[in-house]
Amino acid sequence: MQQINLKRGLDLPMDGKAELMLGSISRPDVFRIVPDHFAGITPKLEVKVGDRVKAGSPLFHDKAFEAMLFTSPVSGVVQDIVRGDRRKIMSINIAADATIEYEDFKAQVGAIQTQEDVKSILLQSGLWSLIKQRPYDCIALPNKEPQAIFISSFCSAPLAPDYEWVLKGQGAILQSAVTALSKIATVYVGIRHGAAAPEFRGLKDCVLYEVAGAHPAGNPSVQINHIRPMKQGETIWTIGIQDLALIGRLFAKGIVDMQKKVALVGPMAYGKMYYNVLPGMPVSALLESNYHKEVPCRFIAGNALSGHQIGMDDVISVYPNMYTVIGEGSDTHEFMGWMFPRFNAFHFGLTDPAKMIADNCMMKWLFGERKYQWDARLKGGRRAIIVSGEYDKVFPMDIYPEQLIKAMIALNLDKMIELGANEVAPEDFALCEYVCTSKMPLQAIAREALDYMRKEIE
Amino acid sequence: MEKFYKFWKKFGENFQEGGKFEKLSSFYDAFDTFLFTPTTTAKKVGAQIHDGSDSKRTMIIVVLALIPCLLFGMFNVGYQHLLATGQLACGMTCALWWKALGFGVLAIIPFYLVSYIVGLGIEFIVAQIKHEEVAEGYLVTGFILPLILPINTPLWQVAIATAFAVIFAKEVFGGTGYNIFNVALIARAFLFFAYPASMTGDSVFVRLGSTWGWDGATAIDGWSGATTLTQLGTGMAAENASFWETFNGLMPGCVGETCVWAILIGAVLLLMTGVASWKVMLSILATAGVTAALFNAFGPDTAIANYPWYMHLISGGLLFGAVFMATDPVTGARTECGKWIYGALIGFMVILVRVLNPGFPEGMMLAILLGNAFAPLIDWCVVRRNVKHRMNR
Repeated sequence: MQQINLKRGLDLPMDGKAELMLGSISRPDVFRIVPDHFAGITPKLEVKVGDRVKAGSPLFHDKAFEAMLFTSPVSGVVQDIVRGDRRKIMSINIAADATIEYEDFKAQVGAIQTQEDVKSILLQSGLWSLIKQRPYDCIALPNKEPQAIFISSFCSAPLAPDYEWVLKGQGAILQSAVTALSKIATVYVGIRHGAAAPEFRGLKDCVLYEVAGAHPAGNPSVQINHIRPMKQGETIWTIGIQDLALIGRLFAKGIVDMQKKVALVGPMAYGKMYYNVLPGMPVSALLESNYHKEVPCRFIAGNALSGHQIGMDDVISVYPNMYTVIGEGSDTHEFMGWMFPRFNAFHFGLTDPAKMIADNCMMKWLFGERKYQWDARLKGGRRAIIVSGEYDKVFPMDIYPEQLIKAMIALNLDKMIELGANEVAPEDFALCEYVCTSKMPLQAIAREALDYMRKEIE
Repeated sequence: MEKFYKFWKKFGENFQEGGKFEKLSSFYDAFDTFLFTPTTTAKKVGAQIHDGSDSKRTMIIVVLALIPCLLFGMFNVGYQHLLATGQLACGMTCALWWKALGFGVLAIIPFYLVSYIVGLGIEFIVAQIKHEEVAEGYLVTGFILPLILPINTPLWQVAIATAFAVIFAKEVFGGTGYNIFNVALIARAFLFFAYPASMTGDSVFVRLGSTWGWDGATAIDGWSGATTLTQLGTGMAAENASFWETFNGLMPGCVGETCVWAILIGAVLLLMTGVASWKVMLSILATAGVTAALFNAFGPDTAIANYPWYMHLISGGLLFGAVFMATDPVTGARTECGKWIYGALIGFMVILVRVLNPGFPEGMMLAILLGNAFAPLIDWCVVRRNVKHRMNR
């Protein structure tokens, strides 16, 4: 088995890991499906108010690709279609049945022969939206042939869910997804060095490889860059491991079951464990009784490095596998924070000599590895890029991150592509953004540049 | 502290739009972020947590690293004064020790006042015009500048050079982070070429006259204030300082550059905190050493070419430049591989200028400025190589 050892990277010792337990949350009566969760598509409705839908029935399709359907996670009646400015579809509300009825894909699954069959069933079932592609880090474009499919079986971000536990016993389901996908292109599955899970190690019809190293070792871009570097003009698909299980249920059981185990984590969360959720549930069902109300908190869909802030009235999307709660920190007034040692904060930049000495001389040996509680403060002002070599330390790819970001800021297409914009997703810059002393919004820059690139090229 | 915070924020309302001192808002902002870490939180999208290092913290580390050089420089200014005026003829006493330090402090403080008032003044005005926060870059520039000047430089010249450098080497390019040349070195180069009499010669490095009317005296007979490099470079009868004398740095020279161990303390702090690149430092010292050794072996038969290579490394501004000035990340090479080449270029040039150009006894300033000019090209080549190999895979 091929193994890659990443030297560069950073594991943040964050406080608030989820226990390996399953919590219960109440199921709402109404599910709200938000088309905005699917970035880069223009929704065109397939249903009207009063229609009956099953789990797996289409709700809307993409304007650019009519075959790409987005389906309902539950069965029930379309109760309302909420529109915003210029009749933009904000959400499709479905009054859910007590027990979910599933659309039957068994006949189609049984008849799979070619890769076209696999593609069409994915497009029809709505699970196509779980497939992302490089370049552009968008939902895979149906008119592009992928040269490879990369699946990372672990996430290395701070407080990431333990997929070995989440997917325990689901080896057969994962296998049926991999077998189906292998008809489209070679499937590569990355396993964390030292992970024992037979669910991952036993997979067939795919190329397995091991990855050792700190975050972002689990990012698919990093693994692609080392295992099968992209050539000019190629397309590579990436699928999250839990999303692979969703696809697996389709091919194994012939149903669209979008239920996921998400982890609730973070220093400001109570009930730090795993919960079964369906897309369309209100976030409040998960979070309302589970955070420290005495301080201002920030709720994050995804991990603290590359997730995005959500509000209590938002809706659970199909993508995140974890929800993080941290303090907002807006009420912390740190006196001359740029000069005094911060013994209770983690410093990557080593610019806190007193803390560094304290850590290395005593703390580590006496008390073991310490966990820290981050809040959402930038802890500094925005500046031009000053310090050099910072990004390289946490960017383990054969790419010059600083030069690429500069080309992205300038929206210089040729330069961007030369420097490797095809191979990256915004999340790959998450650690760079974290360590940046100039507090540059790198992921937003990368997102804007990739969208611009897609608009110009496609 | 919470009370002070509230008072300070209330006071700040005067500086907001429509407030009494609206025109001074950048001034308030600068002090505000100086006093309290900004409470700005992460945007909705993007990294939700950030590291504690910010540019203020990075800059303050450099300033801390420079303090040993400053303290020693102050003492040395006084010491050289006492030495030149014959007050040390009967040996060093405790009183004279304090006198030396006091004399040095009084001599150097005006430099700092001029450097910071002129430089930060311009920064504040520009920030106000551009409606931006004041960047910290000048904290370091302003701290370094007096350390790389001869103590007898007239203050009005320092003021003009500072203004010139801040405006034409930094602000016209867009401010901190966008400058091509090291700002402090541009100020020095400006003085060097505009007022050469103040920057070179035998008498600029030691103050004989009074400081603030205190302790005016004349030099004793037979005293020379020339630096070792000047003596060697101009073929003067060289009364070469020994290795340890040079290492300790009690000799004429620019204020902060003479003492090797003070610079090394700073270097340790910079390297320990990772603020400066060890690659640049090592590359400069190694290349300069090799180049000087080659001149020792095969060079022309002049005093400076025969000056041992290890003495080259510890004399003049070479070490100070290598530790504090060439490592400026903004003006140096930014790629890791480029840093080696950039350092090598500087190390080679400094010895070349010293040995082969009789007009310039010291070459560090010009070598670093040349390195600055070439840094973008070096980076371009390094990145180009990466692009090529990625295209061909």
